[in-house]
Amino acid sequence: MALRSEAKKDIVAICASHKEEPSPLMIILEEIQRKYGYIPIEAQELVSEETGIPLAEIYGVVTFYNFFSLTPKGKYVVGVCLGTACYVKNSQAVLDEFEKLLGIKPGQTSDDGLFTIEALRCIGACALAPAVSINGKVYPMVQPGQVAGLIAECRAKEEA
Amino acid sequence: MERLSTPEILEREIASCTSSFNDKLSGKGGKRAVLICGGTGCIANGSEDLVEEFRRLIKEKGLDYRVTCNHVGCFGFCSQGPFVKIFPEDTLYRKVTIKDVARIVEEDLIGGRIVEDLLYVDPVTHEKVARQDDINFYKKQKRISLHGCSLINPDFLEEALGYDGFKALKKVLTTMKPQDVIDEVLKSGLRGRGGAGFPTGRKWSFAAAVKSDKKYIVCNGDEGDPGAFMDRSILEGNPFEVIEGMMIAGYAFGADEGYFYVRAEYPIAVERLQRAIKDMEEVGLLGDNILGTGFNFRVHLREGAGAFVCGEETALLNSIEGKRGMPRPRPPFPAVKGLWGKPTCVNNVETLAQVPYIIRVGAEEYAKTGTEGSKGTKVFALGGKINNVGLVEVPMGTTLRTLIYDIGGGIPGGKKFKAIQTGGPSGGCLTEEDLDTPIDYDTLVARGSMMGSGGAIVMDEDNCMVDVALFYMDFICSESCGKCTPCRIGTKRLHEMLTTIVNGTATEKTLEDMEHLAEVTQKGSLCALGQTAANPILSTMRKFPEEYRAHVEEKRCPAHVCKKLTRYKIVPELCKKCSLCARNCPVQCISGVPGKEPYHIDQSRCIKCGACMAGCRFHAIVKE
Repeated sequence: MALRSEAKKDIVAICASHKEEPSPLMIILEEIQRKYGYIPIEAQELVSEETGIPLAEIYGVVTFYNFFSLTPKGKYVVGVCLGTACYVKNSQAVLDEFEKLLGIKPGQTSDDGLFTIEALRCIGACALAPAVSINGKVYPMVQPGQVAGLIAECRAKEEA
Repeated sequence: MERLSTPEILEREIASCTSSFNDKLSGKGGKRAVLICGGTGCIANGSEDLVEEFRRLIKEKGLDYRVTCNHVGCFGFCSQGPFVKIFPEDTLYRKVTIKDVARIVEEDLIGGRIVEDLLYVDPVTHEKVARQDDINFYKKQKRISLHGCSLINPDFLEEALGYDGFKALKKVLTTMKPQDVIDEVLKSGLRGRGGAGFPTGRKWSFAAAVKSDKKYIVCNGDEGDPGAFMDRSILEGNPFEVIEGMMIAGYAFGADEGYFYVRAEYPIAVERLQRAIKDMEEVGLLGDNILGTGFNFRVHLREGAGAFVCGEETALLNSIEGKRGMPRPRPPFPAVKGLWGKPTCVNNVETLAQVPYIIRVGAEEYAKTGTEGSKGTKVFALGGKINNVGLVEVPMGTTLRTLIYDIGGGIPGGKKFKAIQTGGPSGGCLTEEDLDTPIDYDTLVARGSMMGSGGAIVMDEDNCMVDVALFYMDFICSESCGKCTPCRIGTKRLHEMLTTIVNGTATEKTLEDMEHLAEVTQKGSLCALGQTAANPILSTMRKFPEEYRAHVEEKRCPAHVCKKLTRYKIVPELCKKCSLCARNCPVQCISGVPGKEPYHIDQSRCIKCGACMAGCRFHAIVKE
C-alpha cells in the first residue's frame, strides 16, 4: 500500500526537523508512531531514503521496542497493567475478561477497528492496582465485573 | 524572571522566591494555600478536576485575593489519594472528590473549621488525624530524594528556587573545584540508587580521569521494574532537583551535555521535565557561561520506547544512539567509552536527586543517616498486599518490619504476611525471618535478594510463590534482548520448566535441571538482566521449597492459584440448591436439581474460571 501524499510530506518534514540531532532515528520513529499509531514498512522505507539509515537497521529498531507497531491500532487502545503490584492483585483476570468479551488477544485489534488490547508492564499506578488504561486515561482498581461496562462506555461514545 | 547571569543575581532571586514561597505557606496576611496532588495516581483519580473546581469556587466566593490553589508533586500515600492540603494549618484531606470541594471552601477556607470526615483515620486507634506529620505513614520517613515533592508546584522555577533549589549548584560553581565535588560525594558514601549500588563518587572519578574533548552525563529514568515508580514521582514532583544534580555531576567530571532517558509511559514526567529545561534555558541556568562562571551545560530529553533492558546502562546508551537497545560488552566501561564513544556517566534519577542535598548540608551531615555501608535514604514503592500502598523514603537500615507494619500499615483483610519481593525481576523474596533485618545494599544481598530500584511488593497467603516466579520469568523472557544465548535460550527453557510445574507435569528432575540451568544463566549472561534473571526462581526455591514440592510431588497448589492444580468443589451441606452456579457456568458442567438436590461440578469438563464461586451467595463453593 502506498503512502498518501500528505503522509509522505509529513514524514519528510519530521525527518528534516531532526537533521541537526546526532542519531535521530528513535525521535523520528516516536513522532511517526504518535501521529499515525503505527509505522508501516512504506514509512520505514521513506525514513531510510530521507536519513540514509539502511532499512534493515530501521526495521530492527521498530521491531525491538514495544512502543512501535507495524500494524494500525484500534481507536481505543485498552492497556491492562500486568506489573507486579497489579498482577498480585489479580489483573490477569481483568485481562482475561477483556480478551473474552472482545474476542481478541493482547496485541490484536478487533475486526471493527475499534479496540486493541495491550498487556502493559507497569504504568506506575501501583496504588490503583489493578489498573487499566484506555487511550492513556487510567481507570483505578478495575474488577473483572467492570470490564463489560468499560467496553460499553467506549461503544456508547462511538454511537453518540 | 530576569536572566540569572551572575551568582549575585541568583542569590537575590533565591531570597525573593524563598520569601514569597514562605509567605504563601505561612499564612502571612491571612493567606491560605490549597495544594493538590498532581502525581499520576491522583490525576487518575480526578485531582486535576479538583484544582479547576477549587479555583472556580475561590473566584466565585471572592477569595482569590488571599487563597491560592495549585497542584504539587506526589504525596506518596497513593492509596489514600487524591490529597488536598491546606496551609498554613497543614490540614491534610484525603480521598477528596469533586463533591467535597464546596464543603472545604465553605467550612475550612471561609469558616476556618476542619472538615472532619475527610481526615485520615488511623486504622489502629480509629482516631482522626488532621496534620500530615502526625500520620504514622509519614512519621518514620525522611525526605531527601522526595525533597519538595508535594510542596512545590513543579511547573514553576520560582517555586523550586523558593525551596532550596539551585543553592547547591551556586555553591559548587562559586566555591568548589571539580575534584572537591567528587571528594565530597565520595565522602558522603552515596551509592547508585538504580540497583547495583556502585559508589557514585567513584564512577565520577573514573570519568574525570579520562581526557577527552567531550563527555556526557546521562540520567537513567527508564524505570522498568514493574512495581517501582519512585523515579517517575521524583521527576513529576521536582524535576529541577534532578537537573541540578545532573549539572553538579557534569561539573564534577567535566561533562557539558546531559541526556535524560525517560520512559515514554510517563507522559506527565516527560512534560514537566521538558518545561523545567525550557524555563531554565530562558533564565540562563542552562546554556553557556552559567552564572558567569564559564561553566557550560545543555540538557536533552530522550524518551524510552518500552524495553526493560534499556535500564541497563550500555543498552540505554545504544538506545539514545538510535539503535536496538542491546547491551555492549564491558570493558570498555561507559566512563571510558560511552555515548557516541565519549566518556559517559550514567546515573539513576534518585541518585542525582540526592546530590544537591549532599552539597547543601555537607557529606558529614549526610552520612549520619544510614548504615555503615549504605548512607542516606532510599525510596521504596510499597505495593501489592499492603494497606498503605505508596511511595516512602526511609533511612537506610530501616527494618522490613517498620516498612511493612509501621509505615505500610500491615496486610489487608487480616491475611498473613508471606513474602516481600525487593529488586523486582532481578531480585528475590524475603520472608518472616527477615523482618528484623535492617535493610541496606549489603544485607539484602546477604539475604538472597537485592535493593534494585526499590520496588517492594508484599505478598500474602493467597499468593503462590511458584506462580510469582513464573510471572517474573515471563517478564524476563519477553524482555530478553536476544543478544546472548544464555539469556535468550536459558530464560525460555526456565519458563518452560516453571510452566510444567504449575501445570502439574513436572518431575523431581525438573527441579534439579531448573536449578542447574538457573546457575548457568546467571554465570553465562552478558548483562545484568540475564545474570539476575534466575534470582526470583532461586530465591523462591530456597525460601519456599515445600511449595515447590507440593506442586511437583503432590500436584497441589497450596495457595490455590495455579489453575491446573486447583479444583472447585461445592460443599453439599452448604449448598442451598438455588441453581445460580449452574446458570453462571459458561461450559454447563454443574448439575443438580433446583430446590431438591445439591449441585455438583463435573471436574473433567470444568475450565476453572471461578464464575460459580464468585457468584455463590452462600459461600458453598471452595477451592482445594
